[in-house]
Amino acid sequence: MFKIVKKQTLNPTVVLIEVEAPLIARKAEPGQFVIVRAKEDSERIPFTIEGYDREKGTVSIVYQIVGAGTEILNSLNEGDEIHDFAGPLGNATKTEGLKNVAVVGGGVGCAIAYPVAKKLHEEGCRVTSIVGFRTKDLVILEDEFRACSDNYILMSDDGSVGQKGVVTAPLEELIKNGEQFDEVIAIGPLIMMKFVVLTTKKYNVKTVVSMNPIMIDGTGMCGGCRLTVGGKTKFACVDGPEFDGFEVDFDEAMHRGTMYKPFEAHARDEACNLLHKGEQ
Amino acid sequence: MPDFNMRPDKNPMPAQDPNVRNKNFKEVTLGYTVEQAIDEAKRCLNCKTRPCQAHCPVQINIPEFIAEIVNGDFEAAYKVITESSSLPAVCGRVCPQESQCEMKCTRGVKGESVAIGRLERFVADYHNQHSTEKPVVPAPNGHKVAVIGSGPSGLACASDLAKKGYKVNIYEALHTEGGVLAYGIPEFRLPKAIVKKEVEGLKDMGVEIDTDVIIGKTITIDELFDEFGFESVFIGSGAGLPRFMNIPGESLNGVYSANEFLTRINLMKAYLDESTTPIMHPKKAVIVGGGNVAMDAARSAKRLGADVTIVYRRSMEELPARKEEVEHAMEEGIKFELLNNPVEIVGEDGWVKAVKCQAMELGEPDASGRRSPVEIEGKFNEFEADCFIVAIGTSPNPLIKNTTAGLEVTKRGGLVADENGATTREGVFAGGDAVTGAATVIKAMGAGKVAAKAIDEYIQNKEN
Repeated sequence: MFKIVKKQTLNPTVVLIEVEAPLIARKAEPGQFVIVRAKEDSERIPFTIEGYDREKGTVSIVYQIVGAGTEILNSLNEGDEIHDFAGPLGNATKTEGLKNVAVVGGGVGCAIAYPVAKKLHEEGCRVTSIVGFRTKDLVILEDEFRACSDNYILMSDDGSVGQKGVVTAPLEELIKNGEQFDEVIAIGPLIMMKFVVLTTKKYNVKTVVSMNPIMIDGTGMCGGCRLTVGGKTKFACVDGPEFDGFEVDFDEAMHRGTMYKPFEAHARDEACNLLHKGEQ
Repeated sequence: MPDFNMRPDKNPMPAQDPNVRNKNFKEVTLGYTVEQAIDEAKRCLNCKTRPCQAHCPVQINIPEFIAEIVNGDFEAAYKVITESSSLPAVCGRVCPQESQCEMKCTRGVKGESVAIGRLERFVADYHNQHSTEKPVVPAPNGHKVAVIGSGPSGLACASDLAKKGYKVNIYEALHTEGGVLAYGIPEFRLPKAIVKKEVEGLKDMGVEIDTDVIIGKTITIDELFDEFGFESVFIGSGAGLPRFMNIPGESLNGVYSANEFLTRINLMKAYLDESTTPIMHPKKAVIVGGGNVAMDAARSAKRLGADVTIVYRRSMEELPARKEEVEHAMEEGIKFELLNNPVEIVGEDGWVKAVKCQAMELGEPDASGRRSPVEIEGKFNEFEADCFIVAIGTSPNPLIKNTTAGLEVTKRGGLVADENGATTREGVFAGGDAVTGAATVIKAMGAGKVAAKAIDEYIQNKEN
């Protein structure tokens, strides 16, 4: 069992929890993920690590309440225990030797992009953070990003905060104006990562994306998280979760993500009924 | 022998009606009654040559335990079995007896062999239902061993070491103990309560099991030695990554590896309405493969309501699955379209629509002695399907190899281990599918036992 030592609401549907997991905290690196099962009968859900405190022995994850699984997870509060918390899985973000990087984050993906930006900053890399949200109320981790970015660009779809527009606009502008990025690291919705790649490809700027497909065990055993990368089948859990964005088949990944859509809607209703029974 | 039973065939195994069981996940076979077990036991000649024992991967003293059944002393029979086997209730259900103990049974020369597997299961179930005896916890010998994986090889290794007084910690990557017994073999063939019982038995003996620990990630093997103070490590981490066919269409929705399909059903209980883990309920499922895993996937799909077809590039005779599983699958209405090798999964709007197969015929015997399948030029068969499940084996998981210096692997990726399970790294032993690639529960269990003996010798020698 893994105790929640802190729970913090970042925006109306995005929550950060800090979990006691000393063995994982010793090893965790940005880019890696954990598999979480909130209760004894819950599904296994992969979450990329948002942060870790090696001394306190804690690992933080950020989740968006989107389905039955995250509803149930969100029913746990500070002091409660998560049934299963396993990791760190996957490969860490490769930051070695990078001198000038654009970290592009979208929505809740910013929670995963943040530790990458932080690590790069600590290693002396110049960090340009371009983060995008739908609207002002959904902005997360602004102070944290500002603290580790040489340049912080905030975008919103509706212009209610930062600049109005999508993240690819400032990214392209910077590149056009001669910014020499060694690498672009994009973490967010598939559609955002796809368009970041379409942008950077034009200028041949190496782009790494973090994939978060459907997954069960997270150790390579089930093959559910497979993607086509460079024409070959790869498992996000053991070969990734980060891949060369130029090689990833995003359309296929997006379609595979819909496999359980009808089920998710149904399960979410069930979970809501279950969780809110006492309130009626 | 006063009361010998000359019946030429086995006492039939009571089972759920095929048309009832193919709609539920309850155990298919129901087990012998006391009377049936004694009647079957009396078929054993107690012959001097004991071909059964010689062909058992863990050399259970089969004639002796059967003689105890005849005597009506089922607990004594249980003791005989557990001298050699750690998981009788499991092996009695899932061993391929027809190619092991029952293969050379003297009774099988004229008629059918003695139903050794069914008798083993009877004895184990009888014990589990009637015995309240807690295992004797042996005096600790002061030594610590880590076991990686709580599947058949790990459980067997841990059990034998614990009996010798070792402090054993098992590390399991998943949230439930049992390895393939939990995630792979379906409830209808191996009820999870039985696996749990075996695991609880180990815990009663003082074995500690930590779930959610992925060795190679959460803790490395070096740390097990240097920081956790283990003197030896046994790797029983199992088979690994599912193989795909590398044919067009494998990324379509509706395509599963058998591992994923079965894990959703067995480990995550996705077949239950209340499960939060989704599973597709296919209308028409095509499964490729001829092994036990293919049968398990096919029969599970059937139970979810699908019309199920198994395709395999060889013929019926070459099916590597246990005979009983094939028979059960057929009884349950699963179709076998053999000599068909999938070459393309045809899709529509990103979902599986059909499976296109190259028609095959049997040619000359190959290196394995099986007649090799040869393509019939230009002949293809198409099977309509909304779900395609790939059950063609696995390749080894690289997690431990990649994080452990000095651990050599074979060309195929399996860990290099000698006949005692010793790897190329001192103090590290391995067994089961992690070494051999996908094999059987009993072989893995046997390897775990052999390694336990070798680990004991290694530690005792080091001390002297």
